[in-house]
Amino acid sequence: MNRFKLVKTITLLLLFVTASMHAISTPSKEETHGKKDLKTEIKEYINHHLLDSHDFSLYSYETDEGEHKYIGAPLPVILWDGGLKVFSSSKFHHGETLAEVDGNYYKLYHGKIYKTDAAGTINYDEDHHATNAKPLDFSITKNVVFIFLVGLLMFFMFSRMAKKYKNNPIPTGLGRLLEPIILYVRDDIAIPNIGKKKYKKYMSYLLTIFFFIWIINLLGLTPLGVNVTNNIAVTLALALMTYFITTFSGNKDYWKHIFWMPGVPVPMKIILAPIELLGTIIKPFSLMIRLYANITAGHVVLMSIIGLMFIFKNWIGSPLSFGLAFALSLLELLVAALQAYIFTMLSALYFGSAVEEHEHH
Amino acid sequence: MDKLIEQFSLGLFVWQTVLFLALVLLLRKFAWKPILEAVNNREEGIKNALDEAENARKEMQNLQADNERILNEARTERDGMLKEARELKESIIAEAKEEATIQANKVIEQAQATIQSEKQAAIADIKNQVAEISVGIAEKVVKTELSDKDKQIKLVEDMLKEVTIS
Repeated sequence: MNRFKLVKTITLLLLFVTASMHAISTPSKEETHGKKDLKTEIKEYINHHLLDSHDFSLYSYETDEGEHKYIGAPLPVILWDGGLKVFSSSKFHHGETLAEVDGNYYKLYHGKIYKTDAAGTINYDEDHHATNAKPLDFSITKNVVFIFLVGLLMFFMFSRMAKKYKNNPIPTGLGRLLEPIILYVRDDIAIPNIGKKKYKKYMSYLLTIFFFIWIINLLGLTPLGVNVTNNIAVTLALALMTYFITTFSGNKDYWKHIFWMPGVPVPMKIILAPIELLGTIIKPFSLMIRLYANITAGHVVLMSIIGLMFIFKNWIGSPLSFGLAFALSLLELLVAALQAYIFTMLSALYFGSAVEEHEHH
Repeated sequence: MDKLIEQFSLGLFVWQTVLFLALVLLLRKFAWKPILEAVNNREEGIKNALDEAENARKEMQNLQADNERILNEARTERDGMLKEARELKESIIAEAKEEATIQANKVIEQAQATIQSEKQAAIADIKNQVAEISVGIAEKVVKTELSDKDKQIKLVEDMLKEVTIS
């Protein structure tokens, strides 16, 4: 019933917004130039927001002299370029200047570090891609900082919770909130998918990945402007771990079902083998894409609607897009938990299929 | 897709892998193991307590059944004892009655015998006394009768009359 109401509200809001958009788009045609600037600015801002960055900036503004001022903190840059090079990202001045380290020049360009000459020239290929050499970049970027912070937070939260169990078997404080979730992961994700006999081995991974994705998704919704899980490298790392655990815990039956499917005629077995083998890679690949795409899409839509507020700049459109953004934020809260659940659930499912004992046909 | 590949940052990937693996290992040691163990122990404790309660309930039922059985046994035993006692009583009474009858009969017989013998004695006594008295009377009568001559003769005559030779 409630979901129905939400859907109704969102549809209504959407209708209003489209209506008001039509209403304003007509008279403002003459002054499209300024509008377009704002639109491109918003678009660039969104794109920028979706990227990782080498410094932690809360916001930036332009001074009257046309100088960009950033509020935030620089982060360490760690490069491997014929030797380890560590320096502060403040050297880049947000991409405005070159960083000179040990006689090499580096330029921050579209969130990537390129090796350049002293003048900072960037060479492009025909697709307008930079062809400069890229040093191996192991910098502590904004995302790394937040991964680390979430790890610390989780460690602090759960080790404290674990300590409390020593004296008292009944959870207190935060444990009262977290224990049902832990039990949910155990009783409704791990045990039904993996089985009572073998689930224990995977609990640490499942619990960690569930809480990690959930908390980091929630942090992505805060105004701090970090969104780690919309980075393909992060989701790839997570999905690869699921893949490796599945592959290394696969028993004889699991491999037999991949390479020589029992119970089907021989020609089918030959056809099925590559499909099944491909399936083992597609499964974690879908995990990676699903998490990445869901969070990215959520952020893009949410930020676009927030951006609409500045495009409308009138008394009907802006409150409406604010309301819509609010409703979407609530939806994103759900998505944050849902994606954590799905990732954990599917990981458990894959582990379960790897360790499943088949009855022989 | 092109953009995705271009966006891909090896550094972030490495950091994520390293940090996440470290997090899994740390949390496994310091959080998940103790938490899951504590929860498991608690759940087992609850289960055991429930089982024990169930067992206690069953034991109680058994005890109650035992009590019932013992009570029933006692009841039947009591009934048996009562019945036996009643029978005993009846037999004793009957015996006593018989004994009493025999004794009474004996007493009666003895009494009758005594009475008989007393009666005989009395009769004998009376006979003796009667005999004595009759002799006395006869003596007196004879004395008076023989005191005068006439009368003696008359007597003899009477007597002779009586003793007629037939």
